[in-house]
This record gives sequence, C-alpha cells and structure tokens, in this order.
Amino acid sequence: MRVALFVTCVNDAVYPATAVATVRLLERLGVEVDFPPGQTCCGQAQFNTGYRRETEPLVRRMGAVFEGYDHVVTPSGSCAAMVRENYPRIARKAAAEGRGTELGEIAGSLVPRVYELSEFLVDVLGVTDVGAYFPHTVTYHPSCHGLRTLGLGERPRRLLEAVEGLELRELPGAEECCGFGGTFALKNPDVSAAMGTDKADSALSTGAEVLCGADSSCLMHLGGILRRRGAPLRPLHLAEILASTEAEPHS
Amino acid sequence: MSGTFVGMPAFPEAAREAVGNRTLRANLRHATHTIRDKRAKAVAELADWQQLREAGKQIKNHTLRHLDRYLVQLEESVVRAGGTVHWAADADEANRIVADLVKATGEREVVKVKSMATQEIGLNEALAAEGISAYETDLAELIVQLGHDRPSHILVPAIHRNRGEIRDIFREEMGSWGRPAPDGLTDSPAELAEAARLHLREKFLRAKVGVSGANFMVAETGTLVVFESEGNGRMCLTLPETLISVVGIEKVIPTWQDLEVFLQTLPRSSTAERMNPYTSMWTGTTDGDGPSVFHLVLLDNGRTDTLADEVGRQALRCIRCSACLNVCPVYERAGGHAYGSVYPGPIGAILSPQLRGTQREIDASLPYASSLCGACYEVCPVAIDIPEVLVHLRERVADRGGKGHRLEKAAMKAASWAMDRPAVLAAAERAATRTRRLHPKKLPGAGAWTDSRELPELPEKSFRDWWKGEGR
Repeated sequence: MRVALFVTCVNDAVYPATAVATVRLLERLGVEVDFPPGQTCCGQAQFNTGYRRETEPLVRRMGAVFEGYDHVVTPSGSCAAMVRENYPRIARKAAAEGRGTELGEIAGSLVPRVYELSEFLVDVLGVTDVGAYFPHTVTYHPSCHGLRTLGLGERPRRLLEAVEGLELRELPGAEECCGFGGTFALKNPDVSAAMGTDKADSALSTGAEVLCGADSSCLMHLGGILRRRGAPLRPLHLAEILASTEAEPHS
Repeated sequence: MSGTFVGMPAFPEAAREAVGNRTLRANLRHATHTIRDKRAKAVAELADWQQLREAGKQIKNHTLRHLDRYLVQLEESVVRAGGTVHWAADADEANRIVADLVKATGEREVVKVKSMATQEIGLNEALAAEGISAYETDLAELIVQLGHDRPSHILVPAIHRNRGEIRDIFREEMGSWGRPAPDGLTDSPAELAEAARLHLREKFLRAKVGVSGANFMVAETGTLVVFESEGNGRMCLTLPETLISVVGIEKVIPTWQDLEVFLQTLPRSSTAERMNPYTSMWTGTTDGDGPSVFHLVLLDNGRTDTLADEVGRQALRCIRCSACLNVCPVYERAGGHAYGSVYPGPIGAILSPQLRGTQREIDASLPYASSLCGACYEVCPVAIDIPEVLVHLRERVADRGGKGHRLEKAAMKAASWAMDRPAVLAAAERAATRTRRLHPKKLPGAGAWTDSRELPELPEKSFRDWWKGEGR
C-alpha cells in the first residue's frame, strides 16, 4: 500500500506540527507514508473566490504529484472536499469549454484515492482506537466541509472517544459554521468575526481545555479570536491529539 | 425589482451595521433558531424525506427543461377555464398590465395576498403612481407596509420587528390607511392580531379587485395554488369580483399529482407544519362562486436568462420556503435588509444576481455573502446546491473585473504561479519563517483579519523543511 501525505499549504507553512503529527500517527499504525515534495496547494482559495481557470494548473499538479499512490491522505476536511467535490466540476466546465478531457481524467483518477485523515483511519485502516493518550477535556468542532460535503459523520468523534484519558464535551450548535470560509473572512470580516465569536463562546461554555477540529484554517480563525480575548481554550488539530501517546504525550 | 432597494450599499457594508445592532441580532437569533429547530423535527418525522426532496427536484428540473411546452399548455388550460393570460417580459411590462387591468375596472384600490413576485416588480409603488392603493393583507406584510419598511425575510417579512414596535406602528399608522387601531392597544399578540383583523376585514369586504401571486400553477388543469397561514389569502381570492395573479414562469408544474410532493415538503420546510393551514386552489372562473374575472400575468423578469445558465438555473427550482434563510449563519447575523432585495438569505444571494445581473455593487457582492458552509443546501427541499451556484456566480463577477477584482485576479494568478513552483513556495516559506519574529501583530491593510483576530505565529520551519531535515 503506497500512501502519500497531502499536507496542504496551510499545514505546510503555518501548522507543520499538525503535519508531523499526521506522519507520526500513520507510521505508528504501520503505514509507510511518503511526502511527494512537488505538492503545493489544492487551489481551494482560488476556486472558491471565483478564479476557476487559475485553479487548473494546480489540479494538474495534484494529479501528477500523487500519481501512482494507492491512497492520498490529508489532515484537512476542506481540502479533501475541494478535490472530491470541485475537481470534477472544474473538469466538466473545461470540457464544456472545449478544452478536452485531460482534467476529467485527472479528477477521475485522483478523487477516489483522496481521504481525509479520519476517513482513512476508520474506513481504510479500520481502526477507531489508535492507541492515543491525551488526558484533557476536549470539545470537537466538526468543520462544514468535513461535516456536510464529505459526510464524515461520527468518525472523528469515535476516534476521540477511544483516546485514553480524554473527556469529550458536547459543543452546543456544533454543526454551525465558525465563520472562516476562506476569503469570506476577509470580504465579510464583520459577519465572519461575529460567527467566530459565537462559536468561541459556545466552545468556552463547555469548559473544555482544548478545542479540537480537523481543519487548520478554521482553527486558525477560532484560535485568533480566542487569543485576542485571552481565553483559556487551546485550539488543536485532531491529528495532534491522535498522535499523542503515554510515551510521547503532546507537549 | 422593488424600487425601495435601489441605492443599497454592497453587502459587507450593510451587514456591518446589522452585526453591530444587538437587538436585531438577538431578535433574529431567537426567531431563526426557533423555526430552524421546529423544521428539523417536522422533517425528521418523514422517513422518505430524501426521496421527497429528490422527487421535488426532478419535477422542477423536468418542468424547466420543457418550460416552453408547459407554459403554452398552462395558457390553454387557463383560457379554457375562463381566465385571460398576459405575458410580461419584465417588471415594467407586468406593472403596466396590472395597472391597466385595475383601471379598466374603475376601482382605485386592491387587496393583496402576500406575493413575492409582485414585490419583486415593485407593483405597489407602480400602482400608487397611477393613483391606485394596494393594501397588503398578510399580517407581516401589513406591518411592513404600515411601517414604510422593507421586508427582511421571505416568509416572515417583519421578522426584524418586535411586539412593541408593531404596537407603535399600528397605533400611529392604521388610522391613515383605514380603520384605526383600538384605543389602549397593548403589545399582546392576541390584541395585535385582533387589531389587524378588524382593520383588514373592512378592506376585504370593500375591495372589488384582488391581486395575488401563486406558489404553483398546474399546466394540465390551469389551476393556481396559494399556500398561506392566516386566511387572508382565502378572502382575497374569493371575495373580489376581479382577481389578478402575477406569477413567475418557473412556478408551473405539469400535473395535479405533482402537487402531492410539494404539499408535503413546502409546509414542513417553511413553517414546520405537517399540513398547510390554508391551501387555496382555483381554476379560471366559476359562475356564482368567487371572482367572475380572472387574469394571469406570467412574469419573466430575468428568469429566461437564468434558465440559460446550466449551473445557475437550479435556482429556479426554489419554492420560496425560507428554510435556507432560517439555517444560514450569515443571514442570522446580517439580517435580511443587507441583501438589498425582496429575496434575502442564501437563495437571494444566488437569485438576485441572476435576475438583476451583477452590474450593481450590491448584486456583485451577494455571491460572496456566504462562508460556503452548505447548511442551506442540506435543508433545501428541492436540493438547490446553493454553494455551487454561489461559486459559479463569483466566477462571473470576477470575470467582469469590477471594483477590487482586477487586483484580486492578479493576486490569485500570482498565488497559482507560485503554487505551481514548489521551489518558489519553499523559498517563500523560508523567508517568512526566518523573519517571523519581525512580523507585526497588526499588519497594515490586513485589518479585515486583525481587527478581531490574532494572526497565527509562524513556525520555525515549514513541514517540507522538517521532512527534508529528517533525511527522508
């Protein structure tokens, strides 16, 4: 089984600890992980802002970089959703514009092999207890693209519930968007911040020590709000909790 | 669309004001969460909800694909049943037709059933310019009309008003429109409803002309259908001598049997009711029963253009239930007025820019009035993929290169260029992490982010450098 890590640009540049945790977790579970260095970005920001044609070179790059791997695993629900939901759309539009089937072939090959981390763990590896140890109270925010586009359902929760020492606290209004939304956060900063503030309030109301999510960009937005307020709640990616063990606990 | 929305600022500016209004935020949060939760329960009662949703989508898709055929069939059916059909290409033409029809009766006032189409074309204002008074009879529309206000929700247009405000509006305004509010009117819902009932009863009994829209038009029989909850619609549709219905062309469905799907999905999606309280259906005219003259004005007003767009056309499936508004986190905080249209919320954000075009600033900003969270798509009873259409319309706006988009396009191109060159990306990451201690907490020009959020601290090295450093 050849497994590639699709780290995502945000994790690569801003949250390498999340990416390292993903590697350690997968290796602990006996998966040999490769990091093809030609990878950069899935193009989600460009596409969702209305620059579809500018996204096409990145679709081609993704296709070439991950060719030959059985599974492409990413610690990001929204980047996985970008590939699964939007690459076929980009390909269909290109074909309709008379630019051939190349992108369609790329999407057709890549889409079935791309997995968000919790999907890969539960569906491909068939594990929910990954042997993690994390003695803290945690509340989980299921980001929109993981929740609604990928339909991750109970997978992240089942993984968290199996973590030794972890106490999971229910997040009120969990299914509501945190207000990040990519360039939405910049184009509609007031609404975005209002949504984030309400989400932060909900998370704080649980009394948990850690706010867990499976999308670094949502955590960046919520973490930025929490830090501005000096709130006692630490955002942490699911991968980092699952990578934490009794022998090597998360710092 | 309605002239009352002309001159609206772009969505972000309008939303900023609403976000800062604590009372409005609290009212909207309470109202949308209440109806949202009720809807979820009502929908969960049906084991075949997803099949109903798919059936509604398929019926609408089929009809839209053969719209020309079904509209002609509808016209034949309506004429056969004793009605007259008029075709209006745009708002001006529709308003002209209705004004002339009313004037031909010699009447100077009409009673109205709540109708989105007539609001879309600004019919009340157009009739007023001709010296004809149009009285709204839906309770919430009455509140909006008496308050010289604009609707902020499709189903509950006065959702932004609380009881005290409604009492004040009734006290101050009812007298100049007809029967004044009772003395000593309080803000109790029962008293407010009774005041409206007394005020409206006078209008129902006097009016000779009624104006309505329709939720559905059945092509095979020529039957029009109105869903409402107060009984005011039943009054307007049965008491006047002349009935004029203004309906968007996308409201046609092929057969009577197709209604069985929407009779289930519309009430549960909109008011969370298992069955709609007042469902009025009429087919042309009937001697000695109801209006003796019936006119149907079929309205295009941008719908044919919308139909021509392969991705955008799904917006024409909309049955105006408002479930997407009630579940939308952006609508909940920005309020309906910020959308600058009688169609607010997620559906408005994809409908208005298609019906009106994206030349105006407000319409060009609407496709971006969403975090693409997908809650709207999830609840839509005809499965309109609103996020898909939003992104599609963003592309249209970006292609036009209007205000701010030229610079943005250059930035996006540059980002794609760098992202297509891993070595460039790696170098940029290294430069950023090496200088990370020098980065200011608040970047000039980045206020959109840093006004309310801290920027993340950059790591010592990127993941790709870590990976390389591990000797892998």
